[in-house]
Amino acid sequence: MAMLFARSRNLVSSLRQNLGLSAILIKRNHSSPRPVFTNYQLSSRVFLDPSTSFRHESTAVETQPDLVQQSDHEDDAQELDFPGGKVGYTSEMKFIPESSSRRIPCYRVLNEHGKIISDRDFIPVSEKLAVRMYEQMATLQVMDHIFYEAQRQGRISFYLTSVGEEAINIASAAALSPEDVVLPQYREPGVLLWRGFTLEEFANQCFGNKADYGKGRQMPIHYGSNQHNYFTVSSPIATQLPQAAGVGYALKMEKKNACAVTFIGDGGTSEGDFHAGLNFAAVMEAPVVFICRNNGWAISTHISEQFRSDGIVVKGQAYGIRSIRVDGNDALAVYSAVRSAREMAVTEQRPVLIEAMTYRVGHHSTSDDSTKYREADEIQYWKMSRNPVNRFKKWVEDNGWWSEEDESKLRSSTRKQLLQAIQAAEKWEKQPLTELFNDVYDVKTKNLEEQEVGLKALVEKQPQDYPTGFHI
Amino acid sequence: MASLLGRFCRKLVVPGSAHGSRMISTTACDSEAVKSLNLYSAINQALHIALETDPRSYVFGEDVGFGGVFRCTTGLAERFGKNRVFNTPLCEQGIVGFGIGLAAMGNRAVVEIQFADYIYPAFDQIVNEAAKFRYRSGNQFNCGGLTIRAPYGAVGHGGHYHSQSPEAFFCHVPGIKVVIPRSPREAKGLLLSSIRDPNPVVFFEPKWLYRQAVEEVPEHDYMIPLSQAEVIREGNDITLVGWGAQLTVMEQACLDAEKEGISCELIDLKTLLPWDKETVEASVKKTGRLLISHEAPVTGGFGAEISATILERCFLKLEAPVSRVCGLDTPFPLVFEPFYMPTKNKASSSSSLSSPLKKKHYLIMGLHVWCRYWMQSSPLLITSHSICFFR
Repeated sequence: MAMLFARSRNLVSSLRQNLGLSAILIKRNHSSPRPVFTNYQLSSRVFLDPSTSFRHESTAVETQPDLVQQSDHEDDAQELDFPGGKVGYTSEMKFIPESSSRRIPCYRVLNEHGKIISDRDFIPVSEKLAVRMYEQMATLQVMDHIFYEAQRQGRISFYLTSVGEEAINIASAAALSPEDVVLPQYREPGVLLWRGFTLEEFANQCFGNKADYGKGRQMPIHYGSNQHNYFTVSSPIATQLPQAAGVGYALKMEKKNACAVTFIGDGGTSEGDFHAGLNFAAVMEAPVVFICRNNGWAISTHISEQFRSDGIVVKGQAYGIRSIRVDGNDALAVYSAVRSAREMAVTEQRPVLIEAMTYRVGHHSTSDDSTKYREADEIQYWKMSRNPVNRFKKWVEDNGWWSEEDESKLRSSTRKQLLQAIQAAEKWEKQPLTELFNDVYDVKTKNLEEQEVGLKALVEKQPQDYPTGFHI
Repeated sequence: MASLLGRFCRKLVVPGSAHGSRMISTTACDSEAVKSLNLYSAINQALHIALETDPRSYVFGEDVGFGGVFRCTTGLAERFGKNRVFNTPLCEQGIVGFGIGLAAMGNRAVVEIQFADYIYPAFDQIVNEAAKFRYRSGNQFNCGGLTIRAPYGAVGHGGHYHSQSPEAFFCHVPGIKVVIPRSPREAKGLLLSSIRDPNPVVFFEPKWLYRQAVEEVPEHDYMIPLSQAEVIREGNDITLVGWGAQLTVMEQACLDAEKEGISCELIDLKTLLPWDKETVEASVKKTGRLLISHEAPVTGGFGAEISATILERCFLKLEAPVSRVCGLDTPFPLVFEPFYMPTKNKASSSSSLSSPLKKKHYLIMGLHVWCRYWMQSSPLLITSHSICFFR
């Protein structure tokens, strides 16, 4: 707990903070409860690029220097014993301030011009990995653009983009292992893209055709793939967080070299399920990485209307969860942070919270026009000057790993592939009508069988009332 | 008389276990070992068996570690370890959400909500997540291993927040099952079925019966099928449908009615979602009258669904409107509980039971008996005059 003690006994000045620390305020916890499981070493590491090695310790946790200024009133030889352990006491009445005088700083590796800031803590990324990451970020951009246009043309009913958040999507996915189970919110299709979901598969879900794994039951962008360990997206916000705690616990019990990774936006952290998810993960000591995409907006609600804390990173400590704030538009920083967090989660069997700072460049969805509640200049600024894809591109290009030729080749071929995927998805057969009634339960129940019979008879009798193409 | 047989000072007799009614039971044969157990012990036994037979099963919730506030989880943590049987923070949405996550990974999560009155924070997880988990994913994922147990119903002194019967909310949710046992033997078998059913199940336990109901319960591992109602008392004049603790009340009403020469058929629904329409339909087609009773408030209660369905299926066989003897449309009151509850006397005095077709009428009005049989075979010829006559 970051206790800030004032030097003066004066009550007014006791509310003045006395901060000397600039680093992450984490205290190494020596009095943790007896762990249920012993730590185990990773026997093998499954990463995409085995040639990389760690340049720093996996547990980049700051020990807290003694920033507790001993005041004359404190007698720390005396401790009070309460349920929850011993706690020192003071006869000076001090309120912990509502916020630190300084916000928690943001971890970044690359500056805005794509240059590595200094030889700091980061996990190096090989050419192969970097090029793949960049390609996928660019692919995500193209995919978002084309599907968005397809919705505008009336070809799909709905879409939402991840514009501005490509680095979070791709770099986090790149830092995970394929066995890590992902529970997304809805603005993380890049994670699924990275894992191998094809553009055709994305298109099929958006069109709800016969090839859609979700069988046409949900709106577009509600992707899911058990093959890729990516839980199906559901619209309610933050419901995935306590589920992620359960998934993490299951992986722990199975002694898998894997963790649960779950995403949430800034708005979602106001939901009760955020509290439930973090608290359960902490108490159950479940290997879960919580990644919050703080993009500044929850539809039209700015973060100033969402919470009064210093963002989300400070909330981690309230649950006993190690946390970090990272520049979400810096692919290398996201990669390092997520990879480190994942290691911590798996080897130490604990949850970790990452707050990735970013900006939602696009509208909330195709049902939204964000110029109604924010300045067009603001959007433009983030789109152009703070673009995560361009920033990473500069670094990749500076290394001589990417050229303009590669760029135009990638963009045009991806665009072509997407247009073909959309055309093909549009032409695919629709789901057979029986899929309306399947999977409500494992086996169709009697009432559903009766309703299916009744509906089929009705459709045959009055086909003009119903859309065509659904095989009965 | 009413107070003696009333809810609050009687020795509980488990419905269907005596009084010469033929029990169509699917549980143990006589040679199996049985033990006299109350409801919480039977549930405890079921949980022991569930955890024993599936190493990937878990039991958790508030206070389950020491045995639970109703002792349903006694001995589990000691026997199976704190990794599998553990307390959770006080957070129902977290309990159910965590359970969904565990179940989605192929485990069985038997979660406890301390009182059904506190299930609502988990309603979003149950309705929007658990119920739709399989359907929305195209069967790529499911959380069928999830079972949510919660004590429900009146206990004599529970008031607003320790007496609720929220089953109707959940019966409106495609994708989950709702199961309510009436007795210790039923509870053990139904709970094991619920835990092993590949769909998320909400299992309401009548808390009134935790200690009050004692029954011979087979010691072995047995399951009672879901979505199969049971005729626990056969009769010819009227069908009574209920579940849980209310069946003991209804059985008393049946006994009283028998003294007046009315033969009652009593059905335990057991599973409310999906419910066994066929058994109730067959019974009402035989008797021509239906009375449904539940503690939950009458408006929007599950009795309305049964009534509407039976009306659709048995309209021409019905000799009287379907009766519902239920709780009042108020929050569950404390001092007024005896007035609120659907007691046996309320059942006895309901229109369906109070004016049935009495056997002696047949003897007196021979011609009309003949008309009745004739009308049964030619239902279209029933006239309003005839219906009034036989009311």
